[in-house]
Amino acid sequence: MALPVRKFDAVIVGAGGSGLRAALELAQAGLKVAVLSKVFPTRSHTVAAQGGVGASLGNMGEDNWHWHMYDTVKGSDWLGDQDAIEFMCRMAPEVVIELEHFGMPFDRNENGTIYQRPFGGHSQNFGERPVQRSCCAADRTGHAMLHTLYQRNVLARTQFFVEWMALDLVRDADGAVLGVTALEMESGQVVLFQGKATLFATGGAGRIFSSSTNAFINTGDGVGMAARAGIPLEDMEFWQFHPTGVAGAGVLITEGVRGEGGILLNKGGERFMERYAPTMKDLASRDVVSRAMATEIKEGRGAGEHADHILLKLDHLGPEVIAKRLPGIREIAIKFANVDPVKDPIPVVPTCHYQMGGIPTNVRGEVVVPRGSELAVAVPGFYAAGECGCASIHGANRLGTNSLTDLLVMGKSAGQSMAEHIRAHGAAHRDLPKDAGEASVARLARLDGQAAGEDVSAVREEIQRTMQAHCGVFRFPDLLEQGVAKIRALGERVARTAITDKSQVFNTARIEALELDNLYETARATMVSAEARKETRGAHDREDFHARDDANWLKHTLWYREGDRLAYKPVNLKPLTVDTIEPKARVY
Amino acid sequence: MRSRETERLKWRSRRGLLELDILLGRFWAACGEELDEAETQGLARLLAMPDNDLLDLVMGRRECPDPELRPLLQRLKAA
Repeated sequence: MALPVRKFDAVIVGAGGSGLRAALELAQAGLKVAVLSKVFPTRSHTVAAQGGVGASLGNMGEDNWHWHMYDTVKGSDWLGDQDAIEFMCRMAPEVVIELEHFGMPFDRNENGTIYQRPFGGHSQNFGERPVQRSCCAADRTGHAMLHTLYQRNVLARTQFFVEWMALDLVRDADGAVLGVTALEMESGQVVLFQGKATLFATGGAGRIFSSSTNAFINTGDGVGMAARAGIPLEDMEFWQFHPTGVAGAGVLITEGVRGEGGILLNKGGERFMERYAPTMKDLASRDVVSRAMATEIKEGRGAGEHADHILLKLDHLGPEVIAKRLPGIREIAIKFANVDPVKDPIPVVPTCHYQMGGIPTNVRGEVVVPRGSELAVAVPGFYAAGECGCASIHGANRLGTNSLTDLLVMGKSAGQSMAEHIRAHGAAHRDLPKDAGEASVARLARLDGQAAGEDVSAVREEIQRTMQAHCGVFRFPDLLEQGVAKIRALGERVARTAITDKSQVFNTARIEALELDNLYETARATMVSAEARKETRGAHDREDFHARDDANWLKHTLWYREGDRLAYKPVNLKPLTVDTIEPKARVY
Repeated sequence: MRSRETERLKWRSRRGLLELDILLGRFWAACGEELDEAETQGLARLLAMPDNDLLDLVMGRRECPDPELRPLLQRLKAA
């Protein structure tokens, strides 16, 4: 049975920062735009962004995009493509001013200019001294950004399809992307959204790890759909971790706790950081602390019933210091760790925060794949932006505040490219292939027809545990090898998920089963890519190859779902208009 | 079988902030099945709030301006 078809100029999946920014560009150009989102747009995960938008406005002191570019290249540990990084840093001031004009309530200086906050890793004059570059709206920058962009989209008559879940990419025999199939949660109806241009702006997939700061919606839907449609995934081994998230919950405990005198203990109550960093101890840099914590856990010295976490002790600071210097920490610990830090240590574990890799694109937001001898051929009609896309701006590690900059710059760029493509496309949509949407219908029929099978949350938790234990912040060769075998074996269980509630109307169990398919592709891409990369670079930190290896590994990974095949493409070290920034040691 | 309105609210408990996902998840596990009509309506109103505002209420950082919602918020906090 053929699916109902709805036709638009542009189909956008995801209504966070990048999806909304792209939609605005298209709707303001008078095009017919559909935006699909699992949740109401202002409840996208962008709402969690507090740090601000990095842009070299120079409102607090001298600054320019060359310095921002240098910091971003260095932050990426030279894996970022320098054309994309130049593009983002040059565009950043423009997109921030635009956002200001859209009504974004930025914090201001007395002279009326946008106030800019200091943030780690941002410098003046190529690493000489810190610079204030982060534009924010109190601690609600992401929230304010979503509201501003959503309202502008309402004005521009973007059509929102809220509580719709995209299922699969629709491609024709030439490989062109014609849209997506999507499920309306309210009715259970499946519709084919046909577009002349389709954008994935589905965010990150941090839920692949058992300890993650990401909201539950971050299941890598775009990444999973792209993988199923034969699109390779780029640099999926690179995930940013934070050393101290509440074990079992993922809620962050600020590094300020260690700054104020909090100390890390293993299960024997030993202050183990003294062994790893005799001088700095618990105040060593983020990667040193994360590595030490992971090593303690791997060697069986973790605390708790499963020996899977570390204890953060701060009771010796006394209740007054905790209340005065670390406001909010006590309530977070009580609420999410069920301990009162005035008396007991907080269980913590290195926690996943951000996905650097994703669907490969160029600076125009066009999805690009290798074909024949060419390394980057655009897939007609297909675009990606935001955390699910990989331009690659963040390379092996993302600089703080660059996630929001990326959303705005790449969202706008993708929107502009899509508008050009749509105008050149002609009035009629391409013909849909006869079997368009059948894969989605079959996937749903399999799930609805599965009488007995695997429990969705049990399989999800097994994937998350496997990723956390085998492919976490510090990676060991034996664990990675076992991890690849385990994650491959889990594929059979993912294919046999069963749900007891078969209702068509607001069936949460069904949505979660569909999300699991996407989560699994992301996890598998990550594990296989990480096992293969025999070096340490940025966030990919290996015990056995503990140095960056530019001779062999200054290249991007491309993972193909079919046969877990890996291919590589060189990093683009050539910026658009300036000289290259030569690789050197990344020290701060 | 749960009513579909309950399922809808359960889905709307999926939020942009992880903290709310966790706290609302606990609430559903503790008492989601036994909500009466008025509580269901109250929950729908809470879930329509922006994430940051709702988190402030559930964490007890701010007093809820609507007294009618306070008993339900109390259950949310206790979960």
